[in-house]
Amino acid sequence: MTSLPPPATKKLGLVIDLDTCVGCHACAVACKEWNDGGDFGPLPDADPYGAEPHGVWFNRVHSYAVEPGIGNRESGMGKAPRSTPLSTASAIPHSPFPIPGAQAQTVHFPRSCLHCETPACVTVCPTGASYKRAEDGIVLVDADKCIGCQLCSWACPYGAREYSVERGTMQKCTLCVDRIYNETLDEIDRQPACVMACPTRARHFGDLGDAESAVSKLVAERDGYALMPEFGYAPVNRYLPPRPRRGGCGDTSPHPDPLPGGDREKSGDAEFSGVLRWLDRVLSR
Amino acid sequence: MRPTFSIICFTVLSGMGYGAWFLLGLGYAIGPRCEPHRFGAGGVSAMQCGEPFLTHAGFLLASALTCAGLLCSLGHLGKPQRAWRALSQWRSSWLSREGVLALLTFMPAAWLLAREIAMPFVAIRSSPEWMPIFEWSSNVSFHSRLSGFALAVGSLATVYCTANIYASLKPVRAWHDRHVVPAYLLLSLYSGGILLLASGAIWVRGNWMLLAGVIVLSIAGAWLKHRYWRAIDALPAPYAGHATGLSSFGEVRSFEAPHTEENYLTHEMGFVLARKHARKLRRIALVLAFLVPGVLALLALVVPAIGVPAAWLALASGVPGLFVERWLFFAEAKHAVMAYYAR
Repeated sequence: MTSLPPPATKKLGLVIDLDTCVGCHACAVACKEWNDGGDFGPLPDADPYGAEPHGVWFNRVHSYAVEPGIGNRESGMGKAPRSTPLSTASAIPHSPFPIPGAQAQTVHFPRSCLHCETPACVTVCPTGASYKRAEDGIVLVDADKCIGCQLCSWACPYGAREYSVERGTMQKCTLCVDRIYNETLDEIDRQPACVMACPTRARHFGDLGDAESAVSKLVAERDGYALMPEFGYAPVNRYLPPRPRRGGCGDTSPHPDPLPGGDREKSGDAEFSGVLRWLDRVLSR
Repeated sequence: MRPTFSIICFTVLSGMGYGAWFLLGLGYAIGPRCEPHRFGAGGVSAMQCGEPFLTHAGFLLASALTCAGLLCSLGHLGKPQRAWRALSQWRSSWLSREGVLALLTFMPAAWLLAREIAMPFVAIRSSPEWMPIFEWSSNVSFHSRLSGFALAVGSLATVYCTANIYASLKPVRAWHDRHVVPAYLLLSLYSGGILLLASGAIWVRGNWMLLAGVIVLSIAGAWLKHRYWRAIDALPAPYAGHATGLSSFGEVRSFEAPHTEENYLTHEMGFVLARKHARKLRRIALVLAFLVPGVLALLALVVPAIGVPAAWLALASGVPGLFVERWLFFAEAKHAVMAYYAR
């Protein structure tokens, strides 16, 4: 039934900490491994060891450089504004690898199904293969009913669904429904594979419908946000924004200047030296 | 979005078929009454009356195109043998509604087609005791008007559902646009008109109404597509800062994709070729799909003698033009997910 169930009190989902994610892709690999052999598997690949491997992954980790613009500088750096942003700086002219601005931060961004409360991927399904569980809100695909029309993947703005050419059906994150209720596993292991694998504990699993749950508290404490809420699909998963950068960390001063004869003077760091600079950094926190 | 050949074929061909079915249905429903010929010794066709849009060849051709289009849509499925399941979720899914209505519309179409073409054919060869059935079935005034009405409504509703499959997808901004549904309906009628013109011209009837309709629809279609293209050109491109929710931290730039090779998403939704040649292709679509058939219909209206070749040329130009138009409809549309990939 692709009509949505009535709103449930239990909303199982993930909370992903963009501050601590280091972009190691362990979650993606653990996900692929578990789901290849899990109840919803396999996840076959085309040309897996060849030149152009191609296959379904439920979890994809993007890496972004986030550069504060002029007048948009966060985190109390307290530096004088530069005349030009460093985003265009490059050691080699026309290099495809521009050196990020000195204050740019790297944000690794794992992307997977958000198990929306009102997902369009479910309502567009013509067969009833795509459904949202009434009891815990997990969005699943019944591979035995899916006709492979791929309309659900078009309806998802988050790219959560990938079509398996090998199987002829759509596949997506199951929130490891075959782990989290699996009584053959130790209780501590009844969590999604991605959460178990994360070496920096950047992924948290729990009930986001319960305001007293650990994940809900974490979201409240860290101002967790939903992705692209304007679509109205009400994602359950939350992302925790990167914490404000502490002054000096990753700044121009501890590193060699990216530009030969660069603009250290302009950056304002040159005013201080030695102990004073250290003091400035400490006080800037 | 990747312009898949099976879906382009489906929307163009079945759109044309249903458009022609709508016009034919309208012809049956509100066209002038015609007297059915008695199946006499000569065995002439039962329908020798002057209904405006009525042609056997047109009906057959429209039905063939509708079937071909629907079969093409099956080609897009990963599991075509399960296609029957798509009829179940009409409460929520436009795709399911489209499937249900597409099949329901076959009922009046099959009935009219059988009565139009098969019945007179059988009647000629059958014995007199079967005659009452044929006479009942050729009771044009009521049955054909009712079937014609059902055919017209069903055809229009099917195309409306097809358009809404795309128009309901919010992540594809170029499809979630107010021009999309009117354009699908209008182009379906327009291409159906061209089809009937080409097939009807063989029967040489003075169907000036159809010619005038094609001229008006060609102008309206070109105007609507022009408005649509202007609207989608004004859409802001999706960007990573918005998609990741990190724009308040600054400019978000992708420096490493999650995978080195293509995946399903980049293959299906990261199609960029059309944007490069969009201007040229739009001009080609406007000329082939609207300008040439419109001018030819105008010429045929002024000089009835060239009606037959003009109608065929209009079809020969209009169909490729509509294929280009539909290719652009898919290829130019950007999917919101590509913002994560900064494409």
